[in-house]
Parts: sequence; structure tokens; C-alpha cells
Amino acid sequence: MSNTQTRTYDVAVIGAGIVGSAIARKLAGYQLSIALVDARDDVGDGTSKANTAILHTGFDAKPGTLESRMVREGYRLLSEYAKATGIPVEHTGAVLVAWDQEQVNALPGLKDKAEENGYDKTEIMDAAEVYRLLPHLGKGALAGLSVPDESIICTWTTNLALATDAVQRGTELLLGRWVSGIETDKANRITHLKTGIDRVSAHWVINAAGLGGDTIDQLFGYDRFHITPRRGELLVYDKQARPLVDKIVLPVPTALGKGVLVSPTIYGNVMLGPTAEDLTDRTDTGTSESGFSFLRGKGEKIMPRLLEEEITATYAGLRAASDYPDYLIEVDTEQQYVLVGGIRSTGLTSGIAVAEYVDGLLKHSGAIKLVERVDMPEAPHMPNIGEAFLRPYQDAARIAKDPAYGKIVCFCERVTAGEIRDTFTSPIPPRTLDGLRRRTRAQNGRCQGFFCGAEVAELLETRGQSLTPANTAATRLSTPGTAK
Amino acid sequence: MTTNGSTATPPVLTPAVLTPTVLIIGGGPSGLRAAAELAPRVPGEVLVLERESTAGGIPRHSDHPGYGIRDMGTFMGGPKYAGILRDRALKAGARILTNATVTDWAGDRSVNVTMPEGRVRVDADVVVLATGARERPRTARLIPGDRGQGVYTTGQLQNIVHLKHGTVGKRAVIVGAELVSWSAAMTLQHVKCKTVLMTTEYPKPDAYRLFSGPGKFFFKTRVSTRTRVTRIIGKPQVQAVEIENIDTGQRRTVACDTVILTGDWIPDHELARAAGIDIDAASKAPVVDAALRTNRPGIFAIGNALHPVDTADVAALDGAAVADHVIAHLSGRRPSGTAISLKAEAPFRWVAPAILRQDDPAPPRRRLLLWTDTYVPFPTVVLHQNGRVIARKRLWWPAAPGRVFRVPSSILQHINWEAGPVTIGLAN
Repeated sequence: MSNTQTRTYDVAVIGAGIVGSAIARKLAGYQLSIALVDARDDVGDGTSKANTAILHTGFDAKPGTLESRMVREGYRLLSEYAKATGIPVEHTGAVLVAWDQEQVNALPGLKDKAEENGYDKTEIMDAAEVYRLLPHLGKGALAGLSVPDESIICTWTTNLALATDAVQRGTELLLGRWVSGIETDKANRITHLKTGIDRVSAHWVINAAGLGGDTIDQLFGYDRFHITPRRGELLVYDKQARPLVDKIVLPVPTALGKGVLVSPTIYGNVMLGPTAEDLTDRTDTGTSESGFSFLRGKGEKIMPRLLEEEITATYAGLRAASDYPDYLIEVDTEQQYVLVGGIRSTGLTSGIAVAEYVDGLLKHSGAIKLVERVDMPEAPHMPNIGEAFLRPYQDAARIAKDPAYGKIVCFCERVTAGEIRDTFTSPIPPRTLDGLRRRTRAQNGRCQGFFCGAEVAELLETRGQSLTPANTAATRLSTPGTAK
Repeated sequence: MTTNGSTATPPVLTPAVLTPTVLIIGGGPSGLRAAAELAPRVPGEVLVLERESTAGGIPRHSDHPGYGIRDMGTFMGGPKYAGILRDRALKAGARILTNATVTDWAGDRSVNVTMPEGRVRVDADVVVLATGARERPRTARLIPGDRGQGVYTTGQLQNIVHLKHGTVGKRAVIVGAELVSWSAAMTLQHVKCKTVLMTTEYPKPDAYRLFSGPGKFFFKTRVSTRTRVTRIIGKPQVQAVEIENIDTGQRRTVACDTVILTGDWIPDHELARAAGIDIDAASKAPVVDAALRTNRPGIFAIGNALHPVDTADVAALDGAAVADHVIAHLSGRRPSGTAISLKAEAPFRWVAPAILRQDDPAPPRRRLLLWTDTYVPFPTVVLHQNGRVIARKRLWWPAAPGRVFRVPSSILQHINWEAGPVTIGLAN
């Protein structure tokens, strides 16, 4: 990466979250040189990492908006992409539960709205049917609306797959670069992005900076929208809670957002959250006493039985809440600059559609030459970290070929030495413990490192070499008597 | 225990089914001691499955004296103690497979195992759960604040220091003031990390006086009673904790770069739950009778999976006690007589065993094990049955939070086996 100071890319995408990675991947399909720039040490380390991980049908979007369209198209595109790359998805379906008469009265409107959004499979249900689907739901549910295609997905793998795909297509991933300012070279139509460590130069800049989107936009002389970091805290319950609920349990939405939901997670846990709290600090991902007690209060009503289980993890994520009521995607051909802003929590679902949309706008503008590549590499195949699908520790054939997949390092999440080792030879290796956790689930489980914390830290330090197959394999089963 | 890297021979997949007579899940003090007792007495094989790369359990990384008192009659460090337990099990003829994780049940007394050699099924006549316990981490304790580096449980701390020879920060706050908390303090001292404060919600330190008096002097550590940690401050590295006085609500911050969460144990009970074994609501441990049987025939439970947590020697003595009961089961003996439940009453949180039968033998070490929420210096233990006091016994040792309270099982002799559930509590 030492050449980044002299090289001029055709396109620099700021933000390696889901949206930025999807755009880089799309544009890397042309004969263009692409840089994917991110402030953090890993892809997907901002708003993309701590959302509710739901693949939305878009049934409750505001009809007619760009967001509605992007989510609808994104649902289809991401579903296909997930199949092709091995991103874990579970089609659990969702039930929207009405707890009072006002909410019951709102259900027909929500059904109509879903239909306006092109989704016609919702059904209004009576209380008996709601309890049949959700036997552990708390008392007092009056009715419900089923949304059979709402699904859960691994947001970490989604982001990593898109970014890996982009890198395999030749995108240069430039991490640890906080864009603090720009310089423009009008004569050569180049924008220089000033980062903490160097300067990244490109003919075109695409702003997919999420929480920093409005700040970057201002560097280009605009004042179109303002981001408020909206903190969402989540409680993740132990896998022992998973039999309690196999559908996403949604509240009836209010003006404040989608409200608190209970959902199975793709890793076999149950999640309760999020809170919605507007902050000013764009880095404050701490959890709070008030957040925890609010969530436990909600949980008590939605599914009291859930609260008897242990809490495995607590998260706080920041969503980029925008004062503009829709996605804001615009091309400035003069400055050769594209804003992809105001992409809220729905961006997980819509990311690939947004990339297609940006591509369309660029094509339409005629301002950039887009020639398709003929030598396109195949989409990556991602390691499965979803609980519902075969994992290496269960895969006898795989263990037989490579005993490292039989050496479980993280007992709670059953992550093997082989999987941890593999991350370090992957196109985007982890640099931090959190990066390793997002790629493998190591240390994400109920003990949070009591047993494996030291081992995982050593694996990170040695880049997976401290537990090689030679260290773990033996022929103990064939020899009678004691193991030596 | 394993190969120590001496061989890179491809693994052998056959046989893919192992058929020991007794399968012991967990190679800590209780499991290893059970293996040593059972191996010479059982006709077939006694197999211990241990998921770590070395058997021995928690004592492996508790590198300070205090082990072996009740079971070996001596006083030694954890790693040495673990080594002796391992050697005795092997010498007795038990087979120990390390790096072997039991992932799920394949039948009533049959499990699936993942190990480097392959995916293996183990079919046994008897299964002994000796899975131990862990400390609740920050998340399960719902301590809010920043996600800074430097927050550990004692288990993780001791793994880092004693097994990986790593270090932590320089100024630590220890949450808890029980035996394991002092164990953490000793480990911190070993890596020159100063313990600036120990916090406990209880009105007095919970460890044995023997430890806390000299401990305070030795470590020059202050113990703040009736306090709790309400927030962790600082990222990427912890900079301070916020401490609340539970009685006044007053809060203050204490600068530190390391936080050790000690105690607050929960059994590793997932396999027990997956088998549909009854679980105690308070201890979250499998419910057993005095013969350490669970409600699933042929499945026993021992050690700190049952009583989170007692000392390693007491866990090991469970392992010694279970041998007779396993042998009896193998020879066809089944529980008989009316089963009545023993329930803990405040200030006790739980009691083990919790199932009593007239025909059952005495529990291990002829002791009932209980956990108390308040400190009582000279407790009088009272048994109630059917609304009547049936036994009363004054004890000369305190009931103290943070450690197991032991009551001689002779107190059970007045039980009327026709009169239903018994509760155990304290006289006012």
C-alpha cells in the first residue's frame, strides 16, 4: 500500500460497510481501478456490524420512496447472492404483534402498506394463531400480522463477502484511513483524500461513509442532510433460549422507529432489542444501565420466559439516522462525486440494490467510461458460521482431511483451529480480536473467554500458527489403553 | 496429555464408535478422581473426554498453593495437583482423550464427539457429567459501559498468566471478595499488577478469615463492602470503573486498567439440559440424589457442575463417592423407595443433593452443600416437613456468601418418608 500516495485510482469509495463494499464490488466489474477506503481497521466495523441482522422484505417501508424500492430489490439480490456465496440465511418469517386495540386497528393499514410496497403475503391473524406460532409470547397479545419472508442473515459474512468479492476483483482495500479533508486538482479532475496516514487520489469519489456521510458531503461543499448517531443496544441471550422462539417477533412500528423486537439469531441465540437513543458522539458504542433496564422491561412483556436465560452478549450499535426522510443518492458530475447517504439500518438488505442503482446513475450520467471486464473472478465462497448449516466441527469428511477442523478452540461457539487459521490466509485477514470474532464467532459465546480467551489471543498473535494440525493430531483412537 | 507436537501422522478414523463401560465427560478434579476410582473396578473401559489440550481442569492454571487438603492430606499448587490426579487416573487404567469436545447426545447414554482424529460416537453404559463451572462474564452480569480491553474473568486471567505466560495491566479492580477473588489477586501479583480495590455487594468479605485478614495485609488491598460496579469506562483500554455504594447510592470512579470479574459461578450444564435432566432453578445445576444420580437413568453428575463452586478437593471427593454408585448401577441396582425433594429456604439459595430417598446412601462426605446469601456467624440449621420442625442443629462454622456451606447429613435422620417435601433453612 506504499504506492497509494502516487497512484491515482479511477474511483475511491469511502466506507467499507455493506453499502460501500457492494458499490466497490459492482464497479470493480468494470475496467476501473478502485480503492475502498475505511477509517477503521476492518471492513464492516461501523454501522454494518451491530444491526438487528434481519433481511427485510420492505413490507413496512414508506411506499414510493427510494428506500422502499431498494429494500425490495435488495431482498431479492441479497438472497441470490447469499446462495451463491454461502452467506447464512434462515427464512424464519416474522410476526408483528399487536398488544392493544390501537395496534390492532393499525394492522389492516400495515397490510395495505405492504401491498403498496409490492409485498402481498402478509396475513392478519387472531390471538390464537399468534400464540400457536409463538407459544412463549407474553400474555396480552390481541392479534398479529404475519410476514412470512422476513429472514435472519449474518450481517458480518454479508459485509465480508461483498468486500472479499471486491478485493478479488482487484479493488484495493485501504483500511485505517480516516478521511479528514480533500484537495481538488481541477485541471486533472482528481480529488485527493487526506487520511491520517497518507493521501488517496482518485478521479471519482463515492461517499458511502455511513455515520460520517454528512461530514464528507460537506467537504464537497454540500449541506444536504445531517446524521444523528442513533444508539441501539441489544441483549443476546444464551443458545438455551433458542427453542423459545423460531420467528422474528416485531412490534407495531411507531414514529420513533421499528421498536423492540425479539428474534432468533443466525448463530443460534435469541436477541432482544434494540433501544433507540439519539446521541451526539459518533463513536459512543457503550452500553447503558438505562438501556439494559428498558430492554429487560420490554422483554418481560414480550417473552418473560426469555429473561430466565443467561445473557451471552450485549451490544450497542450506532445507526446513521438522517434528517432527510429517504435514501439520498445523487451524482455530481462536475466534481465527479457521488453521495450515497442516509442509508439507515435497512442498508444490510438494500446494499446490493444500492450498488446497482449507483451503477445506473453513473451509466446514465455518461460521465464515466464503464467497460465490462471479461476476466471476472468468481464470487467468493464464504466459511459458514450459521448455526443452521453444517459447521466444520460437525463435518466428518472435512476433519478427516484436515484434523485442524477437529480441534475445537472456542468451546461455547465450537470454533475450530482450522477456521481460525483460515482467516489469516483469506483475502481480508482479521487485524483485531473483534475482526476474528466476526469471521469465526470465536469468543462470542456464553463464557466470553473464560476458557478460550487466552488461546484465541495467542492464535491472533501467531496468525493461527500456534495450533497447527501437528500440534493436535494423533493416532490415539487406534492405540488401546491410555493416551500419551 | 496429547502428542505435544511429536507426530504429524495422519489421524486414524477407525473405530468411529467407542464403547467404554463408563464415559466421564470432563477431565477436571472430579472426573479424574472418578476415573481413578472406577478404572480398576469396572470390567470394561473407563473413558474420560476432556475438551482442553491437557486434563486437570481449573487447578491447571491456578498456580498457587491451596490444593489437595481434604483429598490428599497435603497442601500443594494447582498445576502439581492436576498432574497427580491425571497420573493416578492413567495409572489406574483409565483412558483420557484430550482435545475431545462432546457436542451433543446421540442416544440415551451415547454422545457425539469432535476431536482432531475425527467425529466419533461414544456409546457407554454409564455417563458421568463432570463438566465443571465457569464464572459469569461481564455480559451475563449486565455491567454496562464502554467495551474497553482489560476486563477478564479469573479463568481467563489465569489462562493468560499461567498457561500462556502473558500479562495484563498495572492497576486492577477485582469484583468479588471470595476465595477465587484472592486467587485472582495472587495471579495479579505474579504479573506485577496492583490490586487497588476489591468490591463486594456483601457486608463483609466472603472468603475464609484465614485468607481475608492476612490477604488484605499481604496485598495491601482495600475491600469495599456493600458496593457494586455500575459502569466500565474507557476504550480501547479500560481507564476506570464506576462503583456504587449500595446503601447510599453514591457513586465514584476508581482508576484502573484491568477489571477481574470473580465468582458468580454457573455450571456448564448445557449437556445436562440437552438430555432433559432436571435443573435446579437457583444453582442451574443438574438435580441429583445422594447417590449423585440425575433423573436420567445411568447419568450421574459430580463436582462443581453440581455445586458451583466448592473447592477442587471437595469436587474430587465427589468423584471418589460416585464410584460406588456407578458400580451399583452397573450391577443392576436402581433407585428405590419414595423420593422426596429437599428445598432451600432463604437465606439459602440452593442445596445439593435435592432428592432424598430412604434407601439411598449418605451424600458424599456425609454433607449437604448449600449456598447462602447472607453471613450468619453461628447458624442453627432447621429442617421443616409438613409445616413442622423435624430437626435443628447448631453449627460452629459460619454460613458465608461466596462459598459452600456444609451441613452434616445426619440432620436428615428425622425425616418422615411419608410426609412429603422437606425444606432446609435457618432458625431466626
